[in-house]
Amino acid sequence: MSLDALDRATMIDVQHVDFFYGTRQALADVSAEITEHRITALIGPSGCGKSTFLRCLNRMNDTIPGARLQGQVLLDGQSIYTPHTDVVSLRRRVGMVFQRPNPFPQSVFDNVAFGPRVVGTDRNIDLSQVVEASLKAVDLWDEVKDNLRQDALRLSLGQQQRLCIARVLAVKPQVILMDEPCSALDPISTLKIEELMRMLEREYTIVIVTHNMQQAARVSDYTGFFWLDAQRSGVLVEFDDTAAIFTRPQDARTEDYITGRFG
Amino acid sequence: MSRQAIQRLGFAVLTIVAVLVVAPIFLVVAVVVFRGLQGISWEFLTAMPRDGMKAGGIFPAIVGTLLLTSGTALVAVPMGLGGAIYLSEYAHDNWLTRAVRLALVNLAGIPSIVYGLFGLGLFVLFLRLGTSVVAGSLTLAMMTIPVIISTAEEALRAVPTEFRTVNLSLGGSRWQGIRRIVLPQALPGITTGIILGLLRAAGETAPILFTVAAFYMPQLPRSPLDQTMALPYHLYVISTQVPNMPGTIQYGTALVLLALVLSMNILASVIRTYFRRRRQW
Repeated sequence: MSLDALDRATMIDVQHVDFFYGTRQALADVSAEITEHRITALIGPSGCGKSTFLRCLNRMNDTIPGARLQGQVLLDGQSIYTPHTDVVSLRRRVGMVFQRPNPFPQSVFDNVAFGPRVVGTDRNIDLSQVVEASLKAVDLWDEVKDNLRQDALRLSLGQQQRLCIARVLAVKPQVILMDEPCSALDPISTLKIEELMRMLEREYTIVIVTHNMQQAARVSDYTGFFWLDAQRSGVLVEFDDTAAIFTRPQDARTEDYITGRFG
Repeated sequence: MSRQAIQRLGFAVLTIVAVLVVAPIFLVVAVVVFRGLQGISWEFLTAMPRDGMKAGGIFPAIVGTLLLTSGTALVAVPMGLGGAIYLSEYAHDNWLTRAVRLALVNLAGIPSIVYGLFGLGLFVLFLRLGTSVVAGSLTLAMMTIPVIISTAEEALRAVPTEFRTVNLSLGGSRWQGIRRIVLPQALPGITTGIILGLLRAAGETAPILFTVAAFYMPQLPRSPLDQTMALPYHLYVISTQVPNMPGTIQYGTALVLLALVLSMNILASVIRTYFRRRRQW
C-alpha cells in the first residue's frame, strides 16, 4: 500500500496537549496528526495514556470530574475545545467503539436506530434503510436480517461488537475511535473486525488503541507509540508510518517495546 | 457432645426460631381469612353502612381508600421519581445533596402520626383545605415520597454506567440517555418501589386520622374537598369505638384491607422476579 501522506488531509490535529486528572498529569505535550481515510493505531503499555488520548478526541473525558486539558485539538481545522463547542454534535462527528461489546439491552434494530433517533434532526429519514445500510457495512446484515427484533444480547460477542460498530456508523460520523475493540473477542471475530476496518477506512478516519502489536502492524497505516516519562505522565514517543515504526524505529524505547524487550 | 451433634442442635434451634417468627403471620392471616369470609358478601362490598355501621356494607370505605391511594400516587409518583432521577443522574456530591439524602433517611423513620399532625397543621389548617381527600392524599404523599425516592434511586443506580457513556458517545444528550435507556431498564425496580410505597399509604391510619377520615359517612365524597371514610380508619372505629359491633363486620373489613394490601404486595414481587429473570446485565 502506498502511503503518501502529502495528498491526504489532516482530519484531527492534536497540538501540545497536556491532560490532567485532578493534579495527576496523564498526558504531557502530545502532538499528532491523524490523517483522513487512514487507520492510525496507538500502542504502548497499560496506563500510559492511550485511552485518555483517544477520549480527548471526542471529549468523553469531560464526564470525569476534575479532568482538564491544555493545548489544542483541531477537527477539520476547528478547535473542539472552545467554550461554544457543541459537545453533542462533536460526538456525532467522532464516534466511539468500546473495549467490551456493549449493545443496549434492546433489539438489534433499536440498537442501530438509537443514534439516528436521538439526533432526530431529519424526521423524514428512513430508519429501516439506515439500519440495513449500517448492518451491511459491518457484514452483519445476512446474520440478523431475518430477526431484527431479537435481543441484541443474544448475539455472539463478535456479532455484538460489529453491531456496536454499526450503531456508530448509523450516526454517520467522520471519525471512528476504537478503544481496544478486539480485546474481548476470539481470534476469528478479531480477524473479522480487522477486515471490517480496512473496508471502513475508505469512508471513515479510524483511530484504534490496541495492546496487540501484531494487530497494529496488520491493520494500521500510521502508528503512535505511547510511553510513560519520568513523571509518570503519558508521552507520545514516536509517531510515523506503521511500516517505519515496525522496521526502523527512531527511538530506542520504541524498538525495545516492539521487539518485546519490555512492556 | 460431638461436633455433629452440636451442629444438629444449632440447626434445630434456628428452625424453631424461624417457625416462631413466621407462624404468627400465618396465624393472623388465617384467622382474618376464616372469620372474615363469613362477613364478606356482595352486599358487604357494595352497600353503604347502616344502623350506625352495625349493618350494611363498607363500600364508602373501600372507595375512600382507593381514592386516597390514587391521590397519593398522583402527587408522590412524579415528585418521587423526579427526585430520584435528579439525585441519581444529575446531582453532584456536595453538602446540599448530602443534606437531602440525610433528610430522606430520617423522613423514612418518622412515625406516621407525626405526618398526620404535620398534615393537619400544613394542609388542613394553614392551607385551609379542611379535612378532605386532598389534604389526606397530600399527607400520605409526604410519607410516601421518601420511600419512592430511595427505591427508585437505587434502581437507577443499578443500571450500568456504560449505557450512559455509550449514549453520550453516540451524540445523545444526558436526558435522552435517561429516557431511552436508563429509565426503561430501571422501570421494574421503580415500579416495585412505587407499589410498596403506596401500599404503606393505603394501610396507614394515623396520617389520615386528622386530615381526611370520616367517622361515619354513608355516602361517597362528592368533591376532592369532601371527607371520606377509609378502610384502616373504619377498622379502627368499628373495633374500638362502637360497642356491640358484630364480629363478622370487623373481620370482613380486616379481610378486605388485607386482601387489597396483600394483592398489591404480590403484584410487586411478581414484577420484580419477572424482570430480574429477563435482565441480562
